[in-house]
Amino acid sequence: MRKYIPLKWQTKEKFVEIIISSVGFVSVIVLLLIAFFLFKEAFEVFYRAGFYHVILGTQWYPTSDPPKFGMLPLIAGTLTVTGLTAIIAIPLGLATAIYIAEIAHYKIREFLKPLIEMLASFPSVVLGFFGMVIIAPILSNWLSSLLAERLPELLRNTSLPFISTTLADFCYNKFFISSGLNMFTAALMLTVRAIPVISSIAEDALTAVPRTYREASYALGAGKWETIYKVVVPASVSGLSVAVILGIGTIIGETMIVLMVAGGAAVIPHWIFDPIRPMPSAIAAEMAEAAHGSLHYHALFGVGAILFLITLVLSLISDFISKKYRAIKIGEKV
Amino acid sequence: MVEINQTKYIFEIKKFSVFYGDFMAVKEATINIESNKVTAMIGPSGCGKTTLLRALNRMNDLIVTCRPKGQALFHGIDINDKDTDVIELRRRVGMVFQKPNPFPSSIYENVAYGPKVRGIKKRSQLDDIVENALVRAAIWDEVKDKLNESGLSLSGGQMQRLCIARSLAQEPEVLLFDEPTSALDPISTAKIEELIVSLKKLITIVIVTHNMQQAARISDYTAFMYLGEMIEFGDTDKIFVRPKNKLTEDYITGRFG
Repeated sequence: MRKYIPLKWQTKEKFVEIIISSVGFVSVIVLLLIAFFLFKEAFEVFYRAGFYHVILGTQWYPTSDPPKFGMLPLIAGTLTVTGLTAIIAIPLGLATAIYIAEIAHYKIREFLKPLIEMLASFPSVVLGFFGMVIIAPILSNWLSSLLAERLPELLRNTSLPFISTTLADFCYNKFFISSGLNMFTAALMLTVRAIPVISSIAEDALTAVPRTYREASYALGAGKWETIYKVVVPASVSGLSVAVILGIGTIIGETMIVLMVAGGAAVIPHWIFDPIRPMPSAIAAEMAEAAHGSLHYHALFGVGAILFLITLVLSLISDFISKKYRAIKIGEKV
Repeated sequence: MVEINQTKYIFEIKKFSVFYGDFMAVKEATINIESNKVTAMIGPSGCGKTTLLRALNRMNDLIVTCRPKGQALFHGIDINDKDTDVIELRRRVGMVFQKPNPFPSSIYENVAYGPKVRGIKKRSQLDDIVENALVRAAIWDEVKDKLNESGLSLSGGQMQRLCIARSLAQEPEVLLFDEPTSALDPISTAKIEELIVSLKKLITIVIVTHNMQQAARISDYTAFMYLGEMIEFGDTDKIFVRPKNKLTEDYITGRFG
């Protein structure tokens, strides 16, 4: 029989440390490898087709002969739909957060807060499907005829200067929606996707504002609204910016919705009812048919690399803001 | 708000109770608070003195389950009446909290906050109000060269005086102090106490304190509360020298608490 020799405690500690840190490193290494692979595969297209031709080229014809890999339509698609969504989603998301955190009765809050967070986990394919079969037909059949036919007719009949001519023509030209699958529909569905992200993070930021600030403000005779916009919102402005940036990050990376409802035309959009092909949808739609190792294949990795860089910059900015915010909190006395 | 009667009592509290849900935190307290005097409220933790203090400018409204009952008059007007302008009430009855709580903005902005909320926009007028308030709070000399620095950069005692200045900028008639020195060192405490005594010429002061020496030093009247009840209320000199109630005597001599 061998005698049982207990491990020294230092050895045990070391052992546990090694196990935990190696598990932690695995995920970091996997991520780094993915990033490396992405840039390695992407390099080919920038090298062979020329960096400026790829970034600033306005023609994305990856399968024609000779193929053209101008990514500007895809980048413009992503940027425009993100901008349009941000215009709708940021005010709505922040207003929702302010309502839940500051105004709602606590019973309503207890019901609304989990509901909004649940909405964040709503499958985006369902949102895409909803946009495709409900919103898109409403837009092309109903809204288009209302705004581009009835409204101009009505305006022309008024026979007022400007309104009966210029404004009527504007409506006729601009509100005609040939297909319901376009940037606007995509932006509406992306808004549904982004609001829960923005509002739940923003709500946390607002709730984190110390109660003493609110009390001080109320005790000085400030009303609820003044307390919200002069004390609570300024005190949580960094958290709110993080919420906005992460919301934008979600919109940019969202694939399913834009794949299903954005229309898919790889052209630079001129108006909000134009169909677009944002970067994630281009990758998702084309990767299956691009031959492995072909230039098209590398071009899609190029798109992915640009997408990755955009979201990386966004998360770096949000990280920077929240770090700065934390530094202030630590510096705070008492 | 319109004044109905002018007595020497600025607050007339009669059989006044405060509930948190079903819990009765203040039990039918009766206390009259005289103008331009310092009234101290003492008692062990959880005796309801802070709750009673916060009822005087309706800060308890912020607590959802909190509900007052009974008579609480400010200048003869029912504080808890639903038609009472709570904004105006809080401007006239200011409050200084236990933990110094300046806003995370500049010293100037901290003091100018109240006047700005009141609608004063002119810079020169704001400058005057800020300087005046800081002078009255005995902190002007320490901060006059750094009005644009953050209020959070000050020491604890300075922050508390900044909070007092912030309240004074609203020209209140009453200042409620909720254990204002419990987070401060003895020197800062002495400065705040001096300040409170100097303020009572123009302002009525109600102070909740755990420090019995402090109550004895600065107050004209003292109220002793225990388990939500107002046990004894009267001249500070009498309460500390010859308390009528056995409980009061036990508490101030340190036999329990």
